[in-house]
Amino acid sequence: MKTATFKIWRGDAKGGEFRDYRTEISEGMVVLDAVNQIQATQANDLACRWNCKAGKCGSCSAEVNGMPKLMCMTRMSELPLDRPITVEPMKAFPIVKDLITDVSWNFRVKKKIKKFKPRPPDAPDGTWRMRQEDIDRVQEFRKCIECFLCQDVCHVLRDHQMYEKFIGPRFLIHVAALEMHPLDTENRIDELRNAQGIGYCNITKCCTKVCPENIEITDNGIIPLKERVVDDFYDPLGWIWKGLKKLLNG
Amino acid sequence: MNGATTLPRRNSFGETMRADVWWTQPLLVFVGLSIFIVYSTWAAFQGTHYFFGNYISPFYSPEIFGFSPHSWFGPKPDWWPDWFIFSPALLVLWAPGGFRVTCYYYRGAYYKAFWADPPACTVGEPRKSYWGERSFPLIMQNAHRYFLYLALFFILVLTYDVWKALWFVNPVTGKASLGIGIGTLVLAINVVLLGGYTFGCHSLRHLAGGFLDQFSKSPACYRAYVCVSCFNRRHMLWAWLSLFWVGFADLYVRLCSMGILHDVRLF
Repeated sequence: MKTATFKIWRGDAKGGEFRDYRTEISEGMVVLDAVNQIQATQANDLACRWNCKAGKCGSCSAEVNGMPKLMCMTRMSELPLDRPITVEPMKAFPIVKDLITDVSWNFRVKKKIKKFKPRPPDAPDGTWRMRQEDIDRVQEFRKCIECFLCQDVCHVLRDHQMYEKFIGPRFLIHVAALEMHPLDTENRIDELRNAQGIGYCNITKCCTKVCPENIEITDNGIIPLKERVVDDFYDPLGWIWKGLKKLLNG
Repeated sequence: MNGATTLPRRNSFGETMRADVWWTQPLLVFVGLSIFIVYSTWAAFQGTHYFFGNYISPFYSPEIFGFSPHSWFGPKPDWWPDWFIFSPALLVLWAPGGFRVTCYYYRGAYYKAFWADPPACTVGEPRKSYWGERSFPLIMQNAHRYFLYLALFFILVLTYDVWKALWFVNPVTGKASLGIGIGTLVLAINVVLLGGYTFGCHSLRHLAGGFLDQFSKSPACYRAYVCVSCFNRRHMLWAWLSLFWVGFADLYVRLCSMGILHDVRLF
């Protein structure tokens, strides 16, 4: 049976270190299996958060060989076993213990975003009617499992720690899901530009690269939102065009 | 963030736990863009060997003022300052250049390759300060859609250049006849690749229909949005192919004009 060496970060907010663990690898194993095996046999006090083991709960986010990944979706067969595999907590968030980070900042950010505000119901029974082509676009954004890997990899948060000025890709996608929703009537563009800091995104596409749900975060979410900001704040010809259209339509 | 003091230490420049060769992609982008910038700048300042019979280099088209038969308004204008080198390319090349500089794909690519902001995903940066695209000069990137309007006009002009490249003048009779040379194909492929790049532009995607919340109310806009989205999915590929080919098209016309290459007439 194959074996692999893991360098797992052990410690808390005060500090820590990488410790080596050697464990057997069987066919079909993912990194989370190996970490659980190490926890069961060698390090009972290793703190690791996980739940569904199916890439849907977003609990087991960590950095494997330096890249943000869901441990449950990272196959051992994809990793080179000839050198140690590093597993460490997400670097964009404060460490609680070992592989566990405090991601509560994300939930506080989400509370500040303007809520869904639908138009009056289309039917007397209080329901709405939507066409499939209208809802297709935002359905992609609804796939988000809130693993926060995109927040972790975003250099604006990770390296520049601009938590007060920038909401990060996860919540830009959340705003996109609301803003592009065919029933929604709320306007979030001013907040996007100012309080939520969309201008800090410099389109590195790292968020798209790490998304386990393969959401095209940059191309389908952030850039279309940037274009909506341009509509409202940086396009004088567009303002004239819209004014003329309004005049012509009475 | 509450408890910011407990955040992990920032990576220093180039520091990462990544085990792959992360520097390959930014290096390739750096080399590719540098070669193009150096060549196109050199070619733009030459002011000679930019046309060959019915072919004109895409770097010099539209030739607003110039010395070739392709010139729209005659030779060098009187108001052009004597102390500044004149080249027809200098009058037009800023527009497609601006389109590429403000392009969403290139922005992400050159921020990494030229400015290390960041050098690659999860790799430490050289600077602590960060302004993003909120302050001058990068706030000017928001002018991308204006460069798009110009780029769409250039596609029309370059398409007309291909049409002209189909007509060869017989030096004896002076009559023009329909034909295709290697140069015609080079210029035609150039238009196809530039078209693929321009019609996949993120700004065009927005203007075509992306600004709508209810596509079903504007079926024509929705169809345009779907069409642009189709090109947009391979925007990076179109960007690189068109960049390479537009440089190659200039080189081809230049070498033909200098007599180094012989343009083969296919029929």
